[in-house]
Amino acid sequence: MSRTATANGLAHGRPGLWRLLLNNRLATLGLVLLLLILLLALAAPGLPLADPDLTAPVDRLLPPLSPGHPLGTDALGRDLLARLVWGTRVSLAVGISATLIAALVGSLVGLVAGYAGGRVDMLLMRAIDTVMAFPYILLALVIVAVLGPGLLNALYAIAIVNIPFFARNIRGITLGLSRREFVDAARLSGQSGRQILFGEILPNVLPVIIITISTTVGWMILETAGLSFLGLGAQPPQADLGSMLGEGRKLLFTTPHVSIIPGVMIFVLVMSVNLLGDGVRDLLDPRLKSGALTRPVARTAITHQVPAVTASAAAPRLDVRGLKTEFHMGRQIHRAVGGVDLRLDEGECLGLVGESGSGKSVTALSIMGLVPTPPGRIVAGSARLQGEELFLASDARIRQLRGAAVSHVFQDPLATLHPLYRVGEQLVEAIRAHQPLSRRQAEERAERLLKQVRIANPRRRMHAFPHQLSGGMRQRICIAMALANEVKVMIADEPTTALDVTVQAQILALLRQLRQARDAAILFISHDFSVVSALCERVAVMYAGKIVESGRTDAILSAPAHPYSQLLLQCVPVLGDPGRRLAAIPGQPPRLHALPTGCAFAPRCPRAEADCRHLSIALRPLAGGRWVRCLHPLLEEHGSA
Amino acid sequence: MPAYIAKRLLALIPVLFGLSVIVFLMMALIPGDPASAILGSYATPENVARLNRDLGLDRSLPEQYLIWLGNLFEGDLGRSYSLNRPVLDEVLERFSATLILAGSALLLCSLLGLLAGVVSAVRQYGWADKLITLLVLVGISTPSFWLGLLLILLFAVNSQWFPASGMYAIYGGGDLADLLHHLFLPMLTLSVVATGVIARLTRTAMLEVLRQDYIRTARAKGLSERRVIYHHAFRVALVSVIPVIGIQAGFVMGGAVYIETVFQWPGIGSMLVQAISSRDLLLVQGGVLLVTVAYVLINLLADLAQSLIDPRLRR
Repeated sequence: MSRTATANGLAHGRPGLWRLLLNNRLATLGLVLLLLILLLALAAPGLPLADPDLTAPVDRLLPPLSPGHPLGTDALGRDLLARLVWGTRVSLAVGISATLIAALVGSLVGLVAGYAGGRVDMLLMRAIDTVMAFPYILLALVIVAVLGPGLLNALYAIAIVNIPFFARNIRGITLGLSRREFVDAARLSGQSGRQILFGEILPNVLPVIIITISTTVGWMILETAGLSFLGLGAQPPQADLGSMLGEGRKLLFTTPHVSIIPGVMIFVLVMSVNLLGDGVRDLLDPRLKSGALTRPVARTAITHQVPAVTASAAAPRLDVRGLKTEFHMGRQIHRAVGGVDLRLDEGECLGLVGESGSGKSVTALSIMGLVPTPPGRIVAGSARLQGEELFLASDARIRQLRGAAVSHVFQDPLATLHPLYRVGEQLVEAIRAHQPLSRRQAEERAERLLKQVRIANPRRRMHAFPHQLSGGMRQRICIAMALANEVKVMIADEPTTALDVTVQAQILALLRQLRQARDAAILFISHDFSVVSALCERVAVMYAGKIVESGRTDAILSAPAHPYSQLLLQCVPVLGDPGRRLAAIPGQPPRLHALPTGCAFAPRCPRAEADCRHLSIALRPLAGGRWVRCLHPLLEEHGSA
Repeated sequence: MPAYIAKRLLALIPVLFGLSVIVFLMMALIPGDPASAILGSYATPENVARLNRDLGLDRSLPEQYLIWLGNLFEGDLGRSYSLNRPVLDEVLERFSATLILAGSALLLCSLLGLLAGVVSAVRQYGWADKLITLLVLVGISTPSFWLGLLLILLFAVNSQWFPASGMYAIYGGGDLADLLHHLFLPMLTLSVVATGVIARLTRTAMLEVLRQDYIRTARAKGLSERRVIYHHAFRVALVSVIPVIGIQAGFVMGGAVYIETVFQWPGIGSMLVQAISSRDLLLVQGGVLLVTVAYVLINLLADLAQSLIDPRLRR
């Protein structure tokens, strides 16, 4: 039976949960404050307080710190401290009761609507929508108007207007859960609807109910106080914090403390509830956790000393050496790229191949500092573009080079194109970021680019939004954007992976043509050997952040040296050979925060021997300009002569 | 777009129907005899009988509803017994004052909230972010009616910079400067909570958007960080914040009940409180109906604004 992770946390991790909550300093502060206030309210009958309702006209409106009246007295001479404590008691009781009623009724509505679905769901949700169409407090006013002013009626009013929040949240979760396997299993085992709803679904929905309670209880305390403040809640002689504030208001100009003091109490109470509520929400719903969403900065952090460059005339287009990129997640360090060398010459196309998680994309993104920081950082190596050290360049210089000298095409064109701008605008923007053209000129250039990437009717297409185009068309737009300026290097990161096979072939053909027409070098990244072989003359195979083999594509294709390359090649279907068994590589890629010593592939390698597991293995040359990182390569007979 | 607007307008009909039923039932659900409830305990039996006849209370509930709806379309919301004038006249007059207060507060909280949220997200974990997060927490925990009293003490009693009450300019008399002078404190008070809510959601929305692939594309194009944040990220974040602003309109119009009472602003909120205290239920009914319809329309506007920015929603 699979349960949700949050439910697991709630059911089995209670001690851990408490500790986590206490780790959150603000939540702890809220908890302590709230406990103090609760304790004070509960202990009120036993405390040595004056009678809160005892009037003493002689002592009326005493200022705070008067003898016998630490907070002073109100207009009838009643002790403010005593009234404050008793008023807090009433406010808390009303606020918490309203929350429980709203939670009970709202959750029930949500559970039933979400589980029953169909007409029941529609009717219930329409009713909830209608209730929500009223401004929040106004509906409470209507209910009080109908029932008449009074504390109990105010309680009902506040509870009713909060039912929709619970109903909606819980319905959403229930709807998702009722399609899960464990609910099907329960249904097949003959459990009744009620048993499933309360035995199987409710425990999983509980965290959501608690989150909703923790985020609404502050509001409800505030709003009941508000109704009392308006004179529609607690009626004299009964008093809650709101009605104390409302009564004191008449004396605001002469004796402000009578109204200010209960207000401070409401504020502290609601603040403590909200602090605690935020903590609870972060804990139970990690998606909403404020810390989980971190903003990536404009450029990847570079934390090592980058060696200065000595200018040389014959520098290659792109020269990456010893690149190491890591992700720091909590206490774990994921070594995504562990020392990669790449060299890309003029007009060349280099393929970078590996399974997902092998570090090929991170390698490519590191070059122009596009790995998100946090959590990513470049910790070693250098990257030179025609001799210019990119890791030493200023942010402004990098911005100048991005899109102008080095451009990118990414995997999923729907996600990489901005959804709210017309594709023409996005192209024009790419052009004008680096070329001093007028809008009109840039538009003409954009149109020419679209023609170059074989888009029919370019003028009309310019006005389309990305979601109005097909996947292939979108990727053509992305390629046009990458060609918007006279780029030296184009980095294509799985540009065909998200596309249909026929579209894939078209895009590959397009890239081949463009390569011949332009002088850009291409770094082409793919998990698919067949795609790479269609385009690249050289290929580098990556595994667990390191290059394990490199050389000419045809050589590696016909006789791979590294066992991993061989297995990867066996994953490629061959046209006209349907009988060929497509082997998936057994096992999983290693976890990047706990890389094994020795060869990272050894645990999955059919040829692994004892020495593979503890020796550190260098990339060594083979004949024909090939390199391999293996102690027992498949091509040993050619050797490192 | 016109087709989309028509669709949205059509979808409004069931909502308005539901609202009218609830507001109508409000009178039917009053415990005891509605006519005596409306007229109060000092009503003469003749008056009660006449009102029962006028309200058609001798008929079935659906019939009553249709008659009520018919009157509504003719602009007849009944007569306020406590003010002795047509409910519609009173409600419309009061509504303009509320519109000024709530509208300006909504504008203020949208601007401040969006600004604070964006700054907070862009300077994540910086001192500005921490300060804004703290202010937001304090803001959404502050009872607005109490804050109003504090502001009156500080700025109207102690320093006398702003008046504490006496907004009568819209009924003739004062000019725009006078209106703004009276508007400042209540507007500020009313916008505090909504500003906090909007700032919080804007921050989350911005952080969410800044991790999207198209932001990486914008950076890969070599755009300036300013352009990436304000042109590419903010626009998308705005799409998810606009409905929140629409919902805040409801909280602001509801919150006006407190603020109008505190600052004695002659709007529909203070009218409702008085009407409930004096059990003038027809007045309550009319006021609630008007504000709720206004709220529904504001949310329609929010919907349309959202789809204006996001072409994917125009389907």
